[in-house]
Amino acid sequence: MTVDTLRLTAEAAAGLVANGEISSDELFDAYRAAIDARDGELHCYVRLCDRGEPAGIPIALKDVIGTKGVETTAGSKILAGYVPVYDSTVAARCKGVGLRLLGKTNTDEFAMGSSTENSAFGPSRNPWDPTRVPGGSGGGSAAAVTAGMAPWALGSDTGGSIKQPSALCGNVGLRPTYGTVSRYGIVAFASSLDQVGPVARTVRDCALLYSIIAGRDPADTTTVEAPPVELPEAENLKGLRIGLPVEMRDAAGIEPGVRDAVARAVSLCEELGATVQECSLPRSVEYGLPCYYLIAPAEASSNLARYDGVRYGYRGEGDGLIEVYERTRDEGFGDEPKRRIMLGTYALSAGYYEAFYGKAQQVRTVIIREHAAVFERFDLIVSATSPTVAFPIGERADDPLAMYAADLLTIPSCMAGLPGLSIPCGLSEGLPVGLQLVGPQLAENTLFRAGHALERAIAFDTVPERLR
Amino acid sequence: MEITRDQVLHVAKLARLALSDEEVERFRGQLSAILEAVGKVSELDLEGVPPTSHPLDLVNVLAEDEPAPSLSREQALANAPDPEGGFFGVPPV
Repeated sequence: MTVDTLRLTAEAAAGLVANGEISSDELFDAYRAAIDARDGELHCYVRLCDRGEPAGIPIALKDVIGTKGVETTAGSKILAGYVPVYDSTVAARCKGVGLRLLGKTNTDEFAMGSSTENSAFGPSRNPWDPTRVPGGSGGGSAAAVTAGMAPWALGSDTGGSIKQPSALCGNVGLRPTYGTVSRYGIVAFASSLDQVGPVARTVRDCALLYSIIAGRDPADTTTVEAPPVELPEAENLKGLRIGLPVEMRDAAGIEPGVRDAVARAVSLCEELGATVQECSLPRSVEYGLPCYYLIAPAEASSNLARYDGVRYGYRGEGDGLIEVYERTRDEGFGDEPKRRIMLGTYALSAGYYEAFYGKAQQVRTVIIREHAAVFERFDLIVSATSPTVAFPIGERADDPLAMYAADLLTIPSCMAGLPGLSIPCGLSEGLPVGLQLVGPQLAENTLFRAGHALERAIAFDTVPERLR
Repeated sequence: MEITRDQVLHVAKLARLALSDEEVERFRGQLSAILEAVGKVSELDLEGVPPTSHPLDLVNVLAEDEPAPSLSREQALANAPDPEGGFFGVPPV
């Protein structure tokens, strides 16, 4: 049996294997053939795996996810050659249900970036237009799923690294509620924000994969139990109260084509039976980005202190221990981690802590309260996921502030620990536009239900025209 | 908000980064621009607003005090750049 990996969902693939219509090995080989055909151009994978032991359907994992016996580099030269001696909890849970690892996917170095251009191993490319970025930091996972090189994948999201690449690549990405998925064995970036989540071609696949990885883990004390996942069936939105944050609709920098596609999706919400009303998140939108770019670098400067060339990873040459530390870190880290370490160290240093980090922590409270007030009136809120469609490779590479602006709409809910789902809602200039659905904590099932109904009604073709 | 070359060098020292002269100059410009942008947080009146360090209502999660398997010495040293006689080798301090 031949498999069209561009269109096969993970759910359908599991059915084919269960019915004996295709063997697990044949399925794995079909994805490997797709990788052989397309990854030379798109560079989604930094490492490929052999078939391995379990005999289920395949999966790709972002290279910040620790995998026993398989090199895990987080897109950084400083971790080149690092082979974990244990599995992350999410990798173990995937293996536990028989998922087979296709390989590790490309990421901005330490998941810091919005384009995957910051990878020490070279950029990934967007399957819709290889001259453009796939988004980031999880551009490898998102582009691999869109290009039929994996049925689904895991990413990680600190300020938008799952949702934004899914938007730019035209597929479905979930950033789960903070704490529902274990970070044990994940390369840490900013621990009060980092979350692991699924990337897939359909909302149902996304929900299935989330059900595999979610739940409390004794090895990660920040985890909580998640409500059981309900696979979405309903094709209407009856009874749902949807809020439309006007600041997210009207923000400067949102492309007209993006605004139009989102407006059409909002009309569709009403046609499907939801009530839609405007709401307001003024300070979350205006101060979310500055708040994030203080808190995330501050936590990163602390988390990345562990890369000292002593216990694992790259070691630079030098006279004495201090010089070894300094050479290791200067030679091992790329520009973006260095920039964020510097920024975070500055924001935490004596004399600046109160003015920067302390203030940002208070702003975070303001953002949480604003969202809580909105969710007293609404079941979920909708906006664009990314202000723009995929931008050309190189366009923002030398302008950190322009790159950071890509996260404008994804960051506020991340700061509040809320779940967010991005689904494709149309094309602008021939490139996918993502619709972001955000709910209160632990409202994943509401997001799945709404996302599924909208996905059916929008009927977006997730296969890029050039690959059809 | 302009930061000085000396401030960049001070922060690089705290962060244990041996930056080149070119990096010091480049980061000075970029960090000045970024700090200018993120300094926006100080515009808000935040009197009496408590800080948030973590978005979950979890406090003091405790585990049972029971021994459990952990990494062997060989595993712990498996990725070390310079393992020496069962230890992590480092140059003289």
